[in-house]
Amino acid sequence: MVSRATGWLDDRVGLSKGGRTMLDKIFPDHWSFMLGEIALYSFVVLLVTGVFLTLYFDPSTKEVIYHGAYLPLRGQKVSAAYASTVDLSFSVRFGLVMRQAHHWAADVFVGAIAVHMARIFFTGAFRKPRELNWAIGVTLLTLAIVNGFIGYSLPDDLISGTGLRIAFSILLSIPLVGTYLAFFLFGGNFPGNGVIIPRLFIVHVLILPAIIAALIGAHLFLLVRQKHTQFPGPGRTERNVVGSPLWPNFFFKTNGFLLMTFGVLVGMGALFQINPIWQFGQYAPYKVSYAVQPDWYMGWLDGALRIFPSWEFTALGHTVPLEVTIPAIILPGLTFALFYAWPFLEARFTGDYAVHHLLDRPRDRPLRTGVGAGVFAFYGVLFAASSTDVLANYFSVSLNVVLWSFRILIFVVPVIVGLVAHQICIDLAHRQAGGKRKRAYIVERSPEGEYSTHVSAPRPGDGVEELEPELVPTHVAADPAGGGAGGHAAASDRRRRGGSEEPQRPTED
Amino acid sequence: MRAGDEGQAALEGHEQGAHLATLPPDDPRLQPFAKHPGRAEKVVVACFLAALACFMAFGAAYWVNAREEVLGGTIGAGLFFFGFGFTAWGKYLMARGPFMEERHVLHSDDAARDAFDAALVERGAAAIGRRSLLTRLLAAAGGVAGVVAAFPLIRSLGPLPKGSLFHTQWRKGSLVVTIDGRPVTVDDLEIGGVLTVFPAGAEGSAISQTLLVRLADTPIVTGPGKETWGPQGYVAYSKVCTHAGCPVGLFEHQVEKLLCPCHQSLFDIAPRPTGTTYYAAEPVFGPAPRPLPQLALRVDAKGRLRAQHDYDQPIGPGFWERTTT
Repeated sequence: MVSRATGWLDDRVGLSKGGRTMLDKIFPDHWSFMLGEIALYSFVVLLVTGVFLTLYFDPSTKEVIYHGAYLPLRGQKVSAAYASTVDLSFSVRFGLVMRQAHHWAADVFVGAIAVHMARIFFTGAFRKPRELNWAIGVTLLTLAIVNGFIGYSLPDDLISGTGLRIAFSILLSIPLVGTYLAFFLFGGNFPGNGVIIPRLFIVHVLILPAIIAALIGAHLFLLVRQKHTQFPGPGRTERNVVGSPLWPNFFFKTNGFLLMTFGVLVGMGALFQINPIWQFGQYAPYKVSYAVQPDWYMGWLDGALRIFPSWEFTALGHTVPLEVTIPAIILPGLTFALFYAWPFLEARFTGDYAVHHLLDRPRDRPLRTGVGAGVFAFYGVLFAASSTDVLANYFSVSLNVVLWSFRILIFVVPVIVGLVAHQICIDLAHRQAGGKRKRAYIVERSPEGEYSTHVSAPRPGDGVEELEPELVPTHVAADPAGGGAGGHAAASDRRRRGGSEEPQRPTED
Repeated sequence: MRAGDEGQAALEGHEQGAHLATLPPDDPRLQPFAKHPGRAEKVVVACFLAALACFMAFGAAYWVNAREEVLGGTIGAGLFFFGFGFTAWGKYLMARGPFMEERHVLHSDDAARDAFDAALVERGAAAIGRRSLLTRLLAAAGGVAGVVAAFPLIRSLGPLPKGSLFHTQWRKGSLVVTIDGRPVTVDDLEIGGVLTVFPAGAEGSAISQTLLVRLADTPIVTGPGKETWGPQGYVAYSKVCTHAGCPVGLFEHQVEKLLCPCHQSLFDIAPRPTGTTYYAAEPVFGPAPRPLPQLALRVDAKGRLRAQHDYDQPIGPGFWERTTT
């Protein structure tokens, strides 16, 4: 039956040869390769939940009287965008879960990309030949952040409107063309003539998702074409890949992981409230609430805007509001320029232009790890700075103290973190057997009263990583245990054995 | 590369078979947990049964219109168990190697590269290079098409800014009204009271929003030339922050300062320590670069507050065309 179908396809598209290679593709077993999968599957969840939301959301700032299920809002004048978002949360069965799962998935999507990117960075996976895929990844991070911001700007609640007002001011701060950009995008002076939400909606649901999906396709195509990197280990060389084959092992593991990601995000959407816009209220330009904070991935920009000094620059009849331009335009510009350029900068700096498929351990590259840790600390401090008011309240100190602390910390913390990370790498690199699983020392007292120390026995699993990989394993036909040609997958054998733990030889059919 | 050569040999020897080797349960190439396949299988069975139960519970919950937490919780847990069982099956009930595949060299050999370059450049040059007039016209037409395409794509999006950032809807004699359109009279605010006001006819306006504060019952003078701007203790400042444009929504009563909750710029409107004048909303803290522009007020014959004229400078955050004042 199966062979009839594959034969039919092979006659028409020549499936079998390439398909076989694909089924044999090896995926490394290391857990850190799963981080990118979280990002990918969060995107799948975003698409599924997002399509559901578009069926109910009305991207319009037209004023309507709310008549829905949420009693405190009844009879009030609100925008259609706001009313439809409240309605799809309260009047559409399963709508609230979908909306919250969508929001959580966006937060997890950006987070997973960031952590995945950190793994790539600290292990040197961006080196030749993978600079292009690194650049695609950086682009995906940028687009994910932008589309996340646009997404929570759509419901026309107080948080989203305040964010758009700040975005308008950031556009205004661009020298020469900023005013025009802001007016064209918003259709006039803020808040514009009601076009911004419909425009952002089409960007959010069509343009950016299409670009992101295409780039993910390119990302995965290059991944298959170049094959995975891998950590060094027994039998692992620059010329092979060791791990599990796509079919059936990885297929089962990764599809299970897709379902688990879906389950966790839907569960979060059901149990953890996020962005309760009916508590924030309809946006009005003259309203604002205390402790206004964006989603986490915008925090570093918000923090930068808070702690940058008021250095407005005026000359020759023109104004450049550097207190906005630098933290909100130049800082992100430099950030992403640095990310794009890093593989080339590092190659130039180290003179290493060779092809690398084996990964570095972070400790073996103290300088890169130190710089990376410092950069991480820099954005970490900016992120924390987006809560100056909350921190001042919590610790009962003045805003002044908090602000000046951050203005100093932003320089001090990255340097210290970078130096400490650098030193830790050097120390670890000189340790004997560094990085192996620690074994306990057991102190024993003999009947005579003498004490002796010995290392405990290896734990189960300690030896597994040390095995030599099987040679081109998915082609192994002659099973030493007696499988023979036309044998069966291990799982089916075991099932037939009814769960017996005795080693048995599979029988021929 | 030793392993590679052997791999090649193994490949040639066993082209036909493609199934994974069956390993005895004590083989070190299995996950430790897979040494007890019976137990592993029970875990997978339990996961799938749990998933099945959760999905059925979701169906029932949807049918009876249960709470959102129940709907999401049941299907979320079901998906998780389903996935967990799936993954455990792949991880513990399948021979796991470690297996390997060969890498192929990505780059082509020198001959192939040369051939490609030759085809691209020389063939192209031969066909295109001779027709320099056509090439130039092609570039000209394409370039102009690109430029004019930007007109509808960009220019049509919105109006030119012109002077709109330099003016608000406040006019000479505009009535000061609340969001409901009710005129504000001199008796409306106690000392220390604060109110968001608009010019009559522009209630709710994003750019004309103004913060009215009553600081005393005597005229408030904030600087030379502004002796009449603060009648009977009332002062009015633009509510749009000069940093990033958020509403300066918080009045810190005891220290008489205005705070923007977005990025914590603080504007001082308290009496100066010397003399009889007041601070003119100068930023004393945070990222805001300029004072909030002050709206000149007067009291008309009926005791209602009116604007003397529009703001004397552009309100809100800085922009390129803003002149130095």
